[in-house]
Amino acid sequence: MGSEFVTLSLTPLLIGIFAAVACALPGNFLLLRKQALIGDAISHVALPGIVVAFLVTGAISTWPMMLGAAGAACVAVVMIEGIRRLGRIEPGAAMGVVFTTLFAAGVLLLEQSDTSSVHLDVEHALYGNLESLIWLDGTGWGSLADPEALAYLPVELPRMAATLVVVVGFIALFWRPLTIATFDEGFARTLGMRTDLLGLALVLIAAISAVAAFDAVGSIIVIAMFICPPAAARMMTNRLDVQVGWSIVFATLAAVVGYVLAGYGPLWIGMADAVSAAGMIATISGLILAIAALFGPCRSRAGAPSGV
Amino acid sequence: MMSTLIDALLLQMGYNATLVAVGAALLGAASGITGTFLFLRKRALVSDAVSHATLPGVCVAFLILVGLGGDGRNLAALLLGSALSAGLGLWCMNWLTRNTRLAEDAAIGAVLSVFFGFGIVLLTVIQTLGVGRQAGLEGFLLGSTAGMLYADALVIATGGAAVLILILLARRPMTMVAFDPEYAAARGLPVGRIDMLMMGLVMAVTVVGLKVVGLILIVALLIIPPVTARFWTERADQVVILSGVLGAVAAYLGAALSASAPNLPTGPIIVLMSFALFALSLLIAPNRGVLAAVRRHRRFQKRVHLRQGLLALAQDQIIYEPLTLRLLAQSGFARADGVATQSGRRRAAKALRDEMRWDILRRDQAQEAAAALYDGLREIETVLTPDQIAAIDRKIGSPREV
Repeated sequence: MGSEFVTLSLTPLLIGIFAAVACALPGNFLLLRKQALIGDAISHVALPGIVVAFLVTGAISTWPMMLGAAGAACVAVVMIEGIRRLGRIEPGAAMGVVFTTLFAAGVLLLEQSDTSSVHLDVEHALYGNLESLIWLDGTGWGSLADPEALAYLPVELPRMAATLVVVVGFIALFWRPLTIATFDEGFARTLGMRTDLLGLALVLIAAISAVAAFDAVGSIIVIAMFICPPAAARMMTNRLDVQVGWSIVFATLAAVVGYVLAGYGPLWIGMADAVSAAGMIATISGLILAIAALFGPCRSRAGAPSGV
Repeated sequence: MMSTLIDALLLQMGYNATLVAVGAALLGAASGITGTFLFLRKRALVSDAVSHATLPGVCVAFLILVGLGGDGRNLAALLLGSALSAGLGLWCMNWLTRNTRLAEDAAIGAVLSVFFGFGIVLLTVIQTLGVGRQAGLEGFLLGSTAGMLYADALVIATGGAAVLILILLARRPMTMVAFDPEYAAARGLPVGRIDMLMMGLVMAVTVVGLKVVGLILIVALLIIPPVTARFWTERADQVVILSGVLGAVAAYLGAALSASAPNLPTGPIIVLMSFALFALSLLIAPNRGVLAAVRRHRRFQKRVHLRQGLLALAQDQIIYEPLTLRLLAQSGFARADGVATQSGRRRAAKALRDEMRWDILRRDQAQEAAAALYDGLREIETVLTPDQIAAIDRKIGSPREV
């Protein structure tokens, strides 16, 4: 745990944890509202948004790209709703039509434009490059108190932290209405809540965390973290607050174990290079879900065991 | 550009392009037909989980091939690996939905992300092995038809044909299960096993399509053609056939277009072609299309305005609503300044009298069923017999001048 850890692993690890938790939190509500696949759709459609932003600005710069991705997510939501209503098509199929089309458009744009000079390709969008977010100026634990070194933190870290704060703030602020609207939308409406606006706000928050995480860690973690930790937490309890707590624990666990296994695991079994951290984090979250599905106290549909 | 496109469409672009176009068309037909059953069963997104779950299988098969000393590019072996892992993913998904409290969408998302994530781990392992020939595997993500060999096309054609034959044999029970699983179960059909067959076919199409459109976009070929076909007809057998045709057309056009110019990747072009057909159908389909709905709405609007306008004329009220005035004038019931014409007065009197007839009818307890049909537009003659109308008229009294 020396200076090397601070330089090479501290920031990617923190970014991974922040991204995982920021996605897992709204994921809890999306899971209960049977909108779990929204994360999947958002992370597919972010690609054309990012490519368009790149074509417009001509450079890999963060804010235009995040705006582009967010814009594409909005376009996708509008298209899904439009197709669902105009064509009277079930939501799953409407979603399938929209996100595959937008993703295909993104790939086509990418191939058509000259991006050979910059690092922008489909693989990068899919599995990010968590490992490369190192902190060169962080030469030891002492650097955490050194403003000069802190100025050179990878920008993804403060951005992801800010996103996490926004997500936590939203969920803390709207905890009661979100809970009521998630479990009994009709009841929430009789209380005078604007459940449609609340649902839209939840999707928007999910989109914000997805886009921020997408930029830092790639889409595959985003999809996994929207679903696996909340799903595993759902097997552990029947209470929403406890479930959210478990999902944070599981998300953090998946990020830490996944990152460590990706970085050091191959060395332990005698291979020379690390493997994809994003993929490994997704895999670990799946293992956690599998364990919870096999042994969790509230895994079955019948509900809680006696006494809980 | 135009002439090369025509060449490509007419299969004049050389051996390889022809191979790709024909193979893609076969694949498009098979996936369109298979996807229809999935769509009617309302499980369209299951295909997303299946397709993403193929990645680890491809990688494991590659690793085994390399471990055995081969060069890891045997398409049949890679497809076998992908089928095995897709099957495993499907099993996990079914297990999660059946034995835990998770809904199907959560199970789909979990399987999709975890299998794909593990596949990416394996991809990086393959990269670090330094085999140097892994470039072919990246092609499975987004499809690559550039270097398609005759043997590859043969694998795709055989797979597509096998899927089509199986569907031909099992189409009746699958249709029944897709529409009404409870009824099918009551008729004694093994619903579970038919569902499994359906999923098996989806898996087969996915695996066959990996090479052409890639695992991320094969979902589109399974979802978009059935949704498109559904716009045009209400009959299941026609949806199946139309969806197959639409899939084949989109895939053929896409493959030809992508062969006609550089930098046009086959998979995305095929998907965008499908979407173009979809968007067109959404717009112009005769009954379910947007234009048809707009036309229906306009017709309804016209009836309401005419009716209200006539009632206003009958009661000597001044009409301010411009649309009503225009419609009345168009039908010859009123002049542009809102004064009723001869025929307009006649129709207005009839409208007012009908309104009074309805009024009496709705106050009559014995006629409750007929009165429930009142919506302010329905002609009373479609509800009552002439005798009944005459009976009501006797209560109203003789016609008055309006």
